Amino acid sequence: MKAKVYVTLKSGVLDPQGKAIQHSVGLLGYEGIADVRQGKYFEIALDAALDETRARETAEQLARDVLSNPVIEDFRVEVEG
Amino acid sequence: MKFGVIVFPGSNCDHDAYHVISKHVGQPVDFVWHRETDLSEYDAVIIPGGFSYGDYLRAGALARFSPVMASVKEFAARGRIVLGICNGFQILCESGLLPGALIRNKELHFICRHVNVRVETTSSPFTHELHTGQVLSLPVAHAEGNYVCDEETFEDLVREDRIVFRYCDPAGGLTEEANLNGSRDHIAGICSRGRNVLGLMPHPERACEDLLGSSDGSGIFSSLAATLADAR
Repeated sequence: MKAKVYVTLKSGVLDPQGKAIQHSVGLLGYEGIADVRQGKYFEIALDAALDETRARETAEQLARDVLSNPVIEDFRVEVEG
Repeated sequence: MKFGVIVFPGSNCDHDAYHVISKHVGQPVDFVWHRETDLSEYDAVIIPGGFSYGDYLRAGALARFSPVMASVKEFAARGRIVLGICNGFQILCESGLLPGALIRNKELHFICRHVNVRVETTSSPFTHELHTGQVLSLPVAHAEGNYVCDEETFEDLVREDRIVFRYCDPAGGLTEEANLNGSRDHIAGICSRGRNVLGLMPHPERACEDLLGSSDGSGIFSSLAATLADAR
């Protein structure tokens, strides 16, 4: 069982790193890049004994308690067998 | 009175804090390794600057799971003094002892220089010997000092007079240029509702000797020492 966790900045939170990337790709000649938001991606191997519901609960708890900061970030969890 | 300076793997301003307490405040002080859990002999705890856990995940995010932090939370809940400087401020926010978060500086750079901060309230154990509007020259050294919080939190901070320091120009003006890292409303330091927990990005412990370019930080430590002396 594997969980993928995507942590992204909340929409209202300024992303200076995303802005810098957007600026740089503009200088490189890329066109049509309206905005860039930077986030984090985690791959978590879960114990094979966990069923999908339990695996999802565990991954979501981990994402909420540790991997994201609820003040500034949102997260999304995907679980696959 | 006795001080404890918490040491995490990656703390690097712990000796500066220790030096100020032992030499300037002239009080006993211990280093407290992050695996310790007994803070009962201390009147005040300092969470120093540095790069705890290499700033992995987010600055301060992993330090909050160190055993000592559960004790620091209890210590703060009992009204004891907790001072978080730079990475210490980040750890206090991640721990929920202070609201909001510190994100990447507006211009992305690591900023290492002296800045001016204005004392916004003297109603705290850390600033009662200073005066409102007083401008202090203190060094900063951080990449994640850009203070953010939601509207509700911000309104609480203002209403409850919990913004303790703001970045300003040498005359005390809140110019955009003076707000070096892009913090919300120039916030450089805030205190808890109980006013016993202070977090700030500048380093007062590195500004207690003229030889280091400024001794403006000493007023914070003398305020703190006077508070603790009165409490005895």
